[in-house]
Amino acid sequence: MPMSFIQALIDSKGEEILEDWLATHHADGLTRRDLFSDAQGRQHAKTFFLALQSTLNRGADIDAFNLASDAWADVRAALAEVTRERVKRGVAPAEIAGFFLLLKYPLFDRLGAGAGTEEFSVVEQVSRLTRMIDAIAVQAMSLCIEERDRIIERQRTEMLEISTPVVDLWERVIAVPLVGTLDSVRAQEVMENTLGAIVDREADIVIVDITGVPTIDTEVAHHLLRTAAAIRLMGAECIISGISPRIAQTMVHLGVSTNGVTTRASLRAAVHDAFQRVGLTVVNAKA
Amino acid sequence: MPWHSCAILQPLDDPWPPASAVLFHRQPILTESDVVLGRQAVGRAMAEVGAREVRRIRLVTAVSEIFRNALRYGGGGEAVIFLDRVTKAVLVECRDNGPGIEDTALAMRDGYTSGKGLGMGLGGAQRLTDAFELHSRPNEGTRVRMMSRA
Amino acid sequence: MAHSAGLFLVDRIMLVTIHEDINDSDIVELQDQLAVKVHAKGARGIVIDISALDIVDTFVGRIIAQLAGIGSILDAPTFVVGMRPAVAMTLVELGMTLPDVRTARSLGHALAQLRDSPTIG
Repeated sequence: MPMSFIQALIDSKGEEILEDWLATHHADGLTRRDLFSDAQGRQHAKTFFLALQSTLNRGADIDAFNLASDAWADVRAALAEVTRERVKRGVAPAEIAGFFLLLKYPLFDRLGAGAGTEEFSVVEQVSRLTRMIDAIAVQAMSLCIEERDRIIERQRTEMLEISTPVVDLWERVIAVPLVGTLDSVRAQEVMENTLGAIVDREADIVIVDITGVPTIDTEVAHHLLRTAAAIRLMGAECIISGISPRIAQTMVHLGVSTNGVTTRASLRAAVHDAFQRVGLTVVNAKA
Repeated sequence: MPWHSCAILQPLDDPWPPASAVLFHRQPILTESDVVLGRQAVGRAMAEVGAREVRRIRLVTAVSEIFRNALRYGGGGEAVIFLDRVTKAVLVECRDNGPGIEDTALAMRDGYTSGKGLGMGLGGAQRLTDAFELHSRPNEGTRVRMMSRA
Repeated sequence: MAHSAGLFLVDRIMLVTIHEDINDSDIVELQDQLAVKVHAKGARGIVIDISALDIVDTFVGRIIAQLAGIGSILDAPTFVVGMRPAVAMTLVELGMTLPDVRTARSLGHALAQLRDSPTIG
């Protein structure tokens, strides 16, 4: 029976196949001792292999192989577990695909045992196994990419959060120190965070400090002014501070009008200004 | 129908509506209350696809401009709102059978107005959406299609 | 207009609340009524609360700017209060920064400013 041959093979020769599979990993340099131990590598292979074995023993049909179907759910789950674990440890997508693809060879090597029976075709078995294992490797690859996308997205969000902090300076006074290059996406983020903070912290004055912004173009200048305009619409005051001589020159050359927006050369001047407006004075206690 | 003039600043994908979209609401735009009902429906559609407040308000403001134009300058029309749960987007089409717009590219420019407005409606609506197409034929009407993701 | 907006005179300050379902005619009617009432009651200030307004588009923005203009001609400084962050962001994107309209974070802030201002009787 050609159908059950693979199932019988994987069931009866499971131990050997698993060992051979691990040996091919080793030979192909896929045992990354820098990333995980041999025991962990073995564990990954075993988890997947046992899931495959039990799925076949339960009667899952290789001819009707469909990784997305219920019959193959355990294989899918084991594949996902192993892949995620490996991605997390820094294994490259190609190596992860290789991990599954190499399972072909210990299986191919044992197809000879079935030869001789009339209905048995080695070519047919090779094609079945190839179809199944390739699909598994492709699925592993796409999981890798998904997992990486998730990591990149998380890091991007974290970076946006770090790069646009809103600082409580005093009661009713908040500061938004901007550092680095501002692009449209970040400028939008700055605007959202700042306006949200006005509500959350009941701020009357917002200091947007651009001391750490090296250069500015028309687009970014307009974003800053739009932020200032939105702050005013919400009923708070905006002071833009830390405008370097170069940025001041650029803004004038670009024809950007700062009409209606308070600007201060330094953060210090802006803080002084803000404190005055909320009725605070700073005194030297030693004098 | 062949359009006389169109301004496509951010083109929509073909076809319209997308295969994965479902009809959410049809709103005749014949009275001022219809404009309010239409924009409330768009707000509900955005909430349905899980849009944040900023995203929801941007699209609702954009459609408010367009629906009002259809009522005032187009003599009324109809808005059709689609939901796409796959791409998490809301798509809105607004048609009128009014006099149409001779030069849509000019109409999209800030400051342009044929009526009493400030002339920021069309250009503004375009800036507030992720895709925007304006098609018009003099004496036959105007069609605006918009799409915003959640 | 009955339910989509409200006008209340408190301590000679005209409080205006605008609701979410207001339509274009309602808001134009509101403008008429406000001008008449401010003049008749000798209001010394106007506070427009838009916290219940879901959106402010160019039409509503223009009406608000006109209300403020009318207020200032009638010697009743006009404040807009309660604009939500998302509404403020959308308005500036539309190019409407309402430069001649005074704003305050809340009704309390606006009242305090109306009280403190020396030019406001």
